[in-house]
Amino acid sequence: MRYVEEFRDPKAAKVLLAEIEKVTNEIGATKEKPVHIMEICGGHTHAIFRYGLDRLTPEGIEFIHGPGCPVCVLPMSRVDECVEIAELENVIFTTFGDAMRVPGTRKSLLQAKADGADIRMVYSPLDALELARRNPDREVVFFGLGFETTTPSTALSIQQAAREGLNNFSIFCNHITVPEPIKALLDDPHMVLDGFVGPGHVSMVIGVHPYDFIAEDYGKPLVVAGFEPLDLLQSVLMVLRQIRDGRAEIENQYARIVPEHGNPVSIAAMADVYQRRPSFEWRGLGEIDASGLRIRDQYKAFDAEEKFGIGYAAGPRNVQEPEGCECGAVMTGRIKPTACPQFGKGCTPEMPLGALMVSSEGACAAYWQYGGRRAVEAAE
Amino acid sequence: MTLRDTKVTLSHGGGGKAMRDLISEVFTCAFEPESKEDQARLMHDALLQPGAQLAFTTDSYVVTPVEFPGGDIGKIAVCGTVNDLAVGGAKPLWLSAAFIIEEGTDIALLRRIVASMKAEADKAGVKIVTGDTKVVGRGSADQVFITTSGVGVIPADRNLRADNIQPGDVAIVNGVLGDHGATILAARGDMMLTSDLKSDCAALGHLMEATCNAVPVRACRDATRGGIASALNEMAEAAGCAIEIIEEALPLRAEVKGTCEILGLDPLYLANEGTLVLFVAEEHAEAALAAMQSVDTGKEARIIGRAKAGNPLVTMRTAFGGSRIVDMLVGEQLPRIC
Repeated sequence: MRYVEEFRDPKAAKVLLAEIEKVTNEIGATKEKPVHIMEICGGHTHAIFRYGLDRLTPEGIEFIHGPGCPVCVLPMSRVDECVEIAELENVIFTTFGDAMRVPGTRKSLLQAKADGADIRMVYSPLDALELARRNPDREVVFFGLGFETTTPSTALSIQQAAREGLNNFSIFCNHITVPEPIKALLDDPHMVLDGFVGPGHVSMVIGVHPYDFIAEDYGKPLVVAGFEPLDLLQSVLMVLRQIRDGRAEIENQYARIVPEHGNPVSIAAMADVYQRRPSFEWRGLGEIDASGLRIRDQYKAFDAEEKFGIGYAAGPRNVQEPEGCECGAVMTGRIKPTACPQFGKGCTPEMPLGALMVSSEGACAAYWQYGGRRAVEAAE
Repeated sequence: MTLRDTKVTLSHGGGGKAMRDLISEVFTCAFEPESKEDQARLMHDALLQPGAQLAFTTDSYVVTPVEFPGGDIGKIAVCGTVNDLAVGGAKPLWLSAAFIIEEGTDIALLRRIVASMKAEADKAGVKIVTGDTKVVGRGSADQVFITTSGVGVIPADRNLRADNIQPGDVAIVNGVLGDHGATILAARGDMMLTSDLKSDCAALGHLMEATCNAVPVRACRDATRGGIASALNEMAEAAGCAIEIIEEALPLRAEVKGTCEILGLDPLYLANEGTLVLFVAEEHAEAALAAMQSVDTGKEARIIGRAKAGNPLVTMRTAFGGSRIVDMLVGEQLPRIC
């Protein structure tokens, strides 16, 4: 089994699409009265557009693009702090590639690099750790960013650094968690959601049970989904069947990768290294209780906030989002990206103004890349 | 042999004996230009044909690492400039090569690069007839940068321009997509990827001659930076018509697809160094394919789509029967978080 091609089989897709259409009709969903399904993860948003799934599924299904792109939801103040650390003398600042373009108040990391800061793209915090070993006279800082998918590898790098007694390695921790913002969205009185497609890579780490509250407390179905087009179609069908049958359960479509209780090694590493912050700011969504992680005091030596007296260690800093950005309304499904007054005007991937245009997995960037731009041009 | 140094020093750019030794023992001994004058004097029978046009192009090459599986900066510098001439319908004849060398660069590395340029030029049937050498301080360049300019001759009856493309014309590529981009990504080592991929780096003059001699080619572009997606967008824009490509027809190696899956990149935007896309009228498609496949660099030639009436958009029909727009790339592709 090659584990990719079989999940892109057009024949199987046709069967699923026919069944999706049937169940959508049974629910009575139409273009005017659609079923609202939120794909939480930016990877899913991207796959939906890349394979044209939004055009293949019936008009009675409306996809709402959720907050699951860690680059998109990073507040501007944190980007500013990244730039400040990166511009310190003797620092090598390491980051995942797609965080390079996120605009801060003054500049992005890409611009800071052009201005002379030593900023390097890495694919894993373990690569940053290796840089620290090879450059004992320099301070190597890793921009810890992402949901539960990337959080364990950062934890492992801290544990390893502690074992080796490295004193020139630290993490600027911006790790966030998925269940809390979903709860915040569900508590939003403006929110109209009928079900969720959950991020498979996150559940690979935490399992499916952290989502139980969505079914139990809010009566909404969630299906943990893989990232291939057939995974997504099957997950949408599973959500639709639950809605049709009046059920609300947490189901696991991605069982070939996702263990029910997650990965115990990752969970243990996270518990050892991090504790929850009382709250964390999300771009477009504001402060969300207990949605961010900080490094425990035991590992304080590897916490860049402590080391450089920055971020939450330095007290709150209030940075205004650019005027006219409707990221919050897009992320909660109240408007489509193209309905934002800045879409394609003040805000494009070349000059992103708002969070969702920044990362290629943001909803607005996906709309733009796969045709939204043309829609704007055609309307003019 | 009077050149005893193993590394390039600033004195090799100073205009004195050290520079003369470097030039004669590394560059001109390999390229063998006919004269040692500052100018090359050029004559070729093709120039004497009525209606023939001169084609002239220039390009600079910077790549990290300078040596990678399937090629090096010298090979790219020859292939890239030969291809810029060839895709315009010119027979490539002469090249210049200007080197900016960082102080401290290994002379052995320079010799390898020069040997590779000579081998590729011989294969492509072009001569490197003039050149230049500059040495800059450590940190002012990354080992070596090369600028090559090329001169070729376009026969009187040949006119390859993107605005020649007509709706219904067939788009053909000569080989697999994205190998070069994926190879360089892996070779940089930043991503801790290992693969057996090699760059597709190749000179395409012979391929273009064979194809243009067999059928009237409407238009051609090489798909370098920005990949096949950018080349097709430029052509659609110039021709003022739509281009539709078929996802299942795109020649992509499993390793390239895999690298892109891991990093969240789209292979349509990965760079190529030996890949071109050309358009021919539908009735010439089979003959064009046969001509291309008769040449080494066209063995894997295949039809990937066609031009259609409509707005200048590139779209892709997905394996599902869905359709999506393949737009120009914004900035560079950056690997994603997860």
